[in-house]
Amino acid sequence: MAYYRSTVLVSMDPACIDKGALAVKEQLINELANLNLSEEVQVMDIPRIGDPETEGPDILVYPEGSHYIQLTTATVGPIVIEHFIKGRELQQYKAQMRDVTDEELREPKDKEIRVILENIGKIDPRNIEDYIAVDGYQALAKVLGEMSPEEVIQTILDSKLRGRGGAGFPTGLKWKFARQSPDTPKYMVCNADEGDPGAFMNRKVLEGDPHSVLEGMTIGAYAVGANQGYVYCRAEYPIAVSTLNTAIEQAREYGLLGKDILGSGFDFDIEVRMGAGAFVCGEETALLASIEGARGEPRVRPPFPASKGLWGKPTNINNVETYANVPKIIHRGLEWYTSMGSEKSKGTKTFALAGDLVHTGLIEVPFGTTLREIINDIGGGIKDGKAFKAVQTGGPMGGCLPEEFLDLPVDYETLGAAGSIMGSGGMIVMDEETCMVDIARFFMEFTQDESCGKCVPCRVGTRRLLEILERICAGKGVPEDIPLLRQLCDEIIQDSLCGLGQGAPNPVISTMKHFMDEYEAHIYEKRCPAKVCRSLITFEILADNCTGCTVCARNCPVNAISGERKQTHVIDTELCIRCGICKQVCNFDAVVIN
Amino acid sequence: MTSTPMQLDPLENPKMREVIDNTISEFGDQNGALMVVLNHLQERVGFITKPMQAYVAEKLGVPVSKVHGVVSFYSFFTTEPRGKHVVKFCIGTACYVGGASQLIDKAKQVLAIEPGQTTPDGLITLEVCRCVGACSQAPVVVVDEANHGRVKPSQFGKVLTDIQKSEAAV
Repeated sequence: MAYYRSTVLVSMDPACIDKGALAVKEQLINELANLNLSEEVQVMDIPRIGDPETEGPDILVYPEGSHYIQLTTATVGPIVIEHFIKGRELQQYKAQMRDVTDEELREPKDKEIRVILENIGKIDPRNIEDYIAVDGYQALAKVLGEMSPEEVIQTILDSKLRGRGGAGFPTGLKWKFARQSPDTPKYMVCNADEGDPGAFMNRKVLEGDPHSVLEGMTIGAYAVGANQGYVYCRAEYPIAVSTLNTAIEQAREYGLLGKDILGSGFDFDIEVRMGAGAFVCGEETALLASIEGARGEPRVRPPFPASKGLWGKPTNINNVETYANVPKIIHRGLEWYTSMGSEKSKGTKTFALAGDLVHTGLIEVPFGTTLREIINDIGGGIKDGKAFKAVQTGGPMGGCLPEEFLDLPVDYETLGAAGSIMGSGGMIVMDEETCMVDIARFFMEFTQDESCGKCVPCRVGTRRLLEILERICAGKGVPEDIPLLRQLCDEIIQDSLCGLGQGAPNPVISTMKHFMDEYEAHIYEKRCPAKVCRSLITFEILADNCTGCTVCARNCPVNAISGERKQTHVIDTELCIRCGICKQVCNFDAVVIN
Repeated sequence: MTSTPMQLDPLENPKMREVIDNTISEFGDQNGALMVVLNHLQERVGFITKPMQAYVAEKLGVPVSKVHGVVSFYSFFTTEPRGKHVVKFCIGTACYVGGASQLIDKAKQVLAIEPGQTTPDGLITLEVCRCVGACSQAPVVVVDEANHGRVKPSQFGKVLTDIQKSEAAV
C-alpha cells in the first residue's frame, strides 16, 4: 500500500457537485501532479464535510484537519502551493472555527466513560471508512476468522453483558438459547423502537455510529446461526432510518454484509423495518408481530422468541445499545470490559438526562455510578437555583425516586429494589415546582393511550387509574381514592400480559410511596403544594411589581388580562385558564400563583 | 405530500392510483409486506382511506379487517387528508415538564383549531405526538420534518408565520 503524507477529502454532496465540486477535484489532482505531489498526497471523496449550501465545494486536509471552503478552480492552485509546498494554511479560504455545540452530546465530564458514544460526532456515520479507521469491523474479522460460535457466546457470557433495553437479561444466555433451538431459519432482530418519552440514546447511536450496531448484530448472527436480520426502528426517527440504510448498503459493498462475509462462508444480511407510532411495539413479541405486518399486540411468553419468534422461527432480539457493546467486548477484551461497572452489571450505560438540570443531554457512565454523581457532577445540578424533588428513571414504566435515594449506585438490582427500574436509560430530573400527582397523571395518560387493548386489566385499568388521578388533580379527590388506587395498581400488575401493563402502575405506586403528602394535600386540603394543578391554583398580578408593560395581556391566550399601559394589570380569574404563560413572560416577577 | 381534492378518493385520481399501484408492486411481495406498503402509502399519498384499505387488502390477498386493524392500531396512519403542513407538539415527559401544554394553548388561540384538526384553508394541521427523542431541546415542536427546540409560547407565532410566509412565497 502506498504511503501518503497527506490526505485531501473532497465533499461530494449533491449540492457541492452542483456548485462545481467535480471540477475542483480535477483541478486539485492536476495541481498536485504538476508539483509532483501525486505520490505524497491522496485525494478521496467524502459524502459531506461542512454545510454544502454555504460552504461547498469544500475540502478537508489531513493530518492537519484544515477545512477549506467555497472553492473554485481558481482558488485550488494557491491552496495547494501554500499548504503542501510552503506548509502553511491559507487563512482566507479556511472555514471559521465553529463552536461545535452538540446540545445532545457535550464533552464528557470527569465521571463519564464513553464506550458506546465514543465515536459519535467524531466519525462520519455515512462513510464506512471512518468506522473502519477507528478499528471498526476488526471484531467481526476476529470472530469469523478465529472463533467458533460457541466461543463467541462464551465470551459474551463471561463479559456479563446484560440487555440494555431495560430488563437486563444476560445477552450471552439469550444467544445460547437461540443457538440451541433446533428449528431453522433463525432471525436476528434489533429493537430500535426507542419509545420511552425522555430517552434518545439509541437514536443518537443509530444516527452517529450505525456500523457499531450492524457489526454487533452480525457477530450475534454468527453466534446464534442466523442469516437474516431486521432492525425495527420507530417512524419518529427518519434520520436514523436513512443513516442505517446507507450504512447497510456500504457494508454490503465492502463485503461485510451479504453472502460469504469476509470470505468466511457465513451469509448474513440486514433489512430496516419501520414502525408506525405504537409504543407497545417496543415489547419484543409485539415488535415481532409488527415486523410480520400485523397489529403490534404482545402475546404470551413462553414460548420465548428464542424458540418461536419471527414467523414462528427462533429469533434473537436485542436492543441497539446491547449490540453496540458487542464489537467493543470482542475487540478490546474481557479484562478491559469487566473492569468497568458494578458486581452484577458490567460495562457502561448511556442515559438521556432531561428535565430541570443545568446540563441536559446524553451521558455514559459505568454501572455503579450514583444518581447524585449523575445529577450533580455531570448534570450540573438543578437549574435556576431551585431544589431537587425527584428523579424519574426507566420511562413510563419506571418510578420516581426522592432525595434519600440519590446515593444509590445505578444498576438493575438497586433501582429495582428502590421501586423504580433501569429501563432503557431515560432519566428525567424534576425540581420543586413539579407536582408528583400531576406527573403520575401524565404517565397514566401516556400508558392508557398506548395500551394495545388486548388485556382488560391494562386497557380498562389504566383508564380508571387515569380518571381517579384526574379527579384528584381537579380537587375532587376523596379519601377512598388512595386505597382504591393501591388495589387497582396491584390488580393491573398481576393480571396483565406484557411489560407495559405490568409496569404501568409503577409511576403511581412510586409517587404514592415517596410523595404521599402531596396526594393528601390534594385530597384533604384541595391544595397543590407545587402549584401546578390548574383547578387548585389562581394567578394574581402583584400591583407593587407590575410596570404595566402589557406583555402578559398580549400573550394571554384567552384575553383574561386587562389594564392600561403603565397601569397595574388585573387577571379575570373567571376567564383565566391557568396556563401560566403570563408568569413565564413577565419580566418583573409580578405574576404569582396562589 | 401531494394535495388531493378532498372529495375525491385517491383511487379515483389516475395519478394517485398509479402511485398506489407502484407502491404495492414495489413492496408487496416481501415477508410482512402490509406494514411496509402502508408506511409508504401514508408517506406518498398522505392518508389511507377505507377504499384504499380495501384495495390494498385485495392486492395483497389479506382480509380487509386485517388491513383496517393495522391502520387503526398505529398512530402514524391517518384515514383523512391532513393539512399541507403538519405542526406536531411533542408531549413526551421532558417536553411536558418543559411547558408543552402552554404551547398547545397558544396554538389553539392563534389558529382557533384543536389538536387533530386542520385549518379551514387546509394549510396547517395541529397534532400532538409522543416523544420525538429530542428531549434535551424540550419543549419541541415538529414542523413537517424539522424539529424546533426550546420554543417559548411567545416565539410560537413566528413558527406559524414562517410557514405562512413560505407558502406565500411559492
